[in-house]
Amino acid sequence: MADVKVDIRKVDEIIDKYKDKPGPLMPVLQELEREFRYLGPDVLMRVARRLDIPPSKVYGIASFYTLFSLEPKGRYVISICQDAPCHVLGAQAVIKELEKQLGIGMGQTTPDRLFTLEHTSCLGVCGVGPVIEINGEVFGNLTPTQIPAILAKYREKAPAEEVAR
Amino acid sequence: MKIYRSHILVCHGTNCAMKAPQAIVQALAKALADNRLDNEAKVVETGCFGLCEQGPTVVVFPEGTLYTRVKPEDAAEIVTEHILKGRVVERLVYRAPEQPKAVQTYAESPYFARQVRVVLRNCGVIDPESIDEYIARGGYRGLGKAVTSMTPAKVIEEIGNSKLRGRGGAGFPAGLKWRFASRAQGSPKYVVCNADEGEPGTFKDRLILEGDPHGLLEGMAICGYAIGATKGYVYIRGEYKLSIERLQKAIDDAKATGLLGDGIFGTSFNFDVEIRLGAGAYVCGEETALFESLEGGRGEPRIKPPYPTDFGLFGKPTVINNVETLANVAPIIDNGADWFKSMGTANTPGTKVFTLCGNIVNGGLIEVPMGITLREIIYEMGGGIPDGRRFKMAQTGGTSGGCLPEGMLDVPMDYDTLAAAGTALGSGALLIIDDSHCIVDVARSFARFFVHESCGKCIPCREGTRQILRTLDRIAEGKGVPADLQNLEVLARVMYKTPLCPLGQTAPLPVMTTLKYFRNEYEAHIKNKACPAGVCAAAVD
Repeated sequence: MADVKVDIRKVDEIIDKYKDKPGPLMPVLQELEREFRYLGPDVLMRVARRLDIPPSKVYGIASFYTLFSLEPKGRYVISICQDAPCHVLGAQAVIKELEKQLGIGMGQTTPDRLFTLEHTSCLGVCGVGPVIEINGEVFGNLTPTQIPAILAKYREKAPAEEVAR
Repeated sequence: MKIYRSHILVCHGTNCAMKAPQAIVQALAKALADNRLDNEAKVVETGCFGLCEQGPTVVVFPEGTLYTRVKPEDAAEIVTEHILKGRVVERLVYRAPEQPKAVQTYAESPYFARQVRVVLRNCGVIDPESIDEYIARGGYRGLGKAVTSMTPAKVIEEIGNSKLRGRGGAGFPAGLKWRFASRAQGSPKYVVCNADEGEPGTFKDRLILEGDPHGLLEGMAICGYAIGATKGYVYIRGEYKLSIERLQKAIDDAKATGLLGDGIFGTSFNFDVEIRLGAGAYVCGEETALFESLEGGRGEPRIKPPYPTDFGLFGKPTVINNVETLANVAPIIDNGADWFKSMGTANTPGTKVFTLCGNIVNGGLIEVPMGITLREIIYEMGGGIPDGRRFKMAQTGGTSGGCLPEGMLDVPMDYDTLAAAGTALGSGALLIIDDSHCIVDVARSFARFFVHESCGKCIPCREGTRQILRTLDRIAEGKGVPADLQNLEVLARVMYKTPLCPLGQTAPLPVMTTLKYFRNEYEAHIKNKACPAGVCAAAVD
């Protein structure tokens, strides 16, 4: 969400939790990503300063790993595996249906910021491909016909979660 | 401890977890209570049972009756028929394909009958969140034996004698690795478990961690004792949420029980394990890239030598082993090297966990002795190819492995014979592909993966992976020229010799093996501008 307010005290709190451990940068960035769902420039600069690591190095790491996002994403991030095992079981048809239903392409976010479509590498649930993951929840043995119901489920629960926040 | 006459085991591996086993557990518990059987039968949530494609699976003991594709609505019937009246619910019993009779017990089914479960001995059998159940099945006996009655040198000798080889893919002798690290100068030393399973088609480590997390911890502690390390790290994929949760609980329970932490088994041996998470980078499965990531850097491989046993994590002597390798350690110490060598082949004793995926009836997880043939795995255990289609090829070892055609189905599965056949045993992933697929289209999918996952540090891999994909795209679109195939072959040779790490070296392998065995399909795209399987739309137009 673009409008997620980044509370700098929360950022410091997370940095303090790990700063005296060996190799603190990854756990710090991972928890910040979990908390804010993306790593903005202000957050990365704060991490660099507090851990005394050059900002270029922090950015290099934040941009290297797939699970870090430099830009805000939708409330529900739909990660789609299209590696060979899912590919041969029909991942392309699932992607096409998702793109059609949401009116966006891979790597894009819907205008209401509810859904983001992105590629993920193998999720290790290949026994039941093709597979997608939505905010940690995995759906397997997918066919295009199942997509509308899955999206509807998230559309329905979005307002309730908004209130809970 | 309370004794029950029946146990109803419900699979809670990730593959089944998406089909709501929680609702099944609740429905079973309610039905037991409704029938006042809750003092006689117990519902247990287990790790993966292996038959993922047929999930969710429920097994009722002591009979061992295997029910597949169970729904919450079925719970009442299982309880009133099976538990109350002792009658098997026929309509839910697992039926092997082409076998008219329903299989009554899981042990009778062809899927399980040929399995030898060492690493998976507890998966699907115990509650993975219960340290008591692990101990009841002989758990931590190996660690106890090692620290109270064996010297570290003797432990290393035993692992060396067992000829255990690394199960992550490279097949390096584990005993040798441990000996190098034990002799290396420098302290502290570290034990690192590589649980950054990212090879497409591989999900064994995930299901081992979900199904039997203590098995890994015990192996790590034995390794720590052997090489003189007091700290272990498990580097695990950030995506593996259930594995992380269960492993953390196992660590906490082991510490609370005195099986990890200070003064293990009343000796002076201390060992602690910490989980570190990956953040989505396939290359971090390469050991030195993993160290870089764990230290807080970009996951880019180091130049070797020095090797990890001298210069590993934080620059200290380190043993890094795969989950499956470490899960073999405790049974070897407990039962002895000779027992281990009685399974598998002479050069590669023991078992291997394979994951079956793609166009196969029984997608899932199996553990079999090394040396079994591909044909036996696919047709006897895997149930063959679904929808009446025909086998076209199998890719062994995941996306970084090679592809084998039908004529090579009888090759025995172990490190050396598969390497000689131009492919790799690798992580044990088996991707089965039927005749509805186009070779060029599948090869593009392999190539796309490597473009995405190349870390970019060395040029042969960064540029080579892109050139392979560009060439395949051209061929699929009907714009290929005959020289493309020769260029691919030259590029593959360069990439085999020059990159920094195995990612770049193996990237051309899947494409080159398809070119070797299915060259006519490539040529049809180039010369006739046609896709024989009718998949590549542009070529057909």
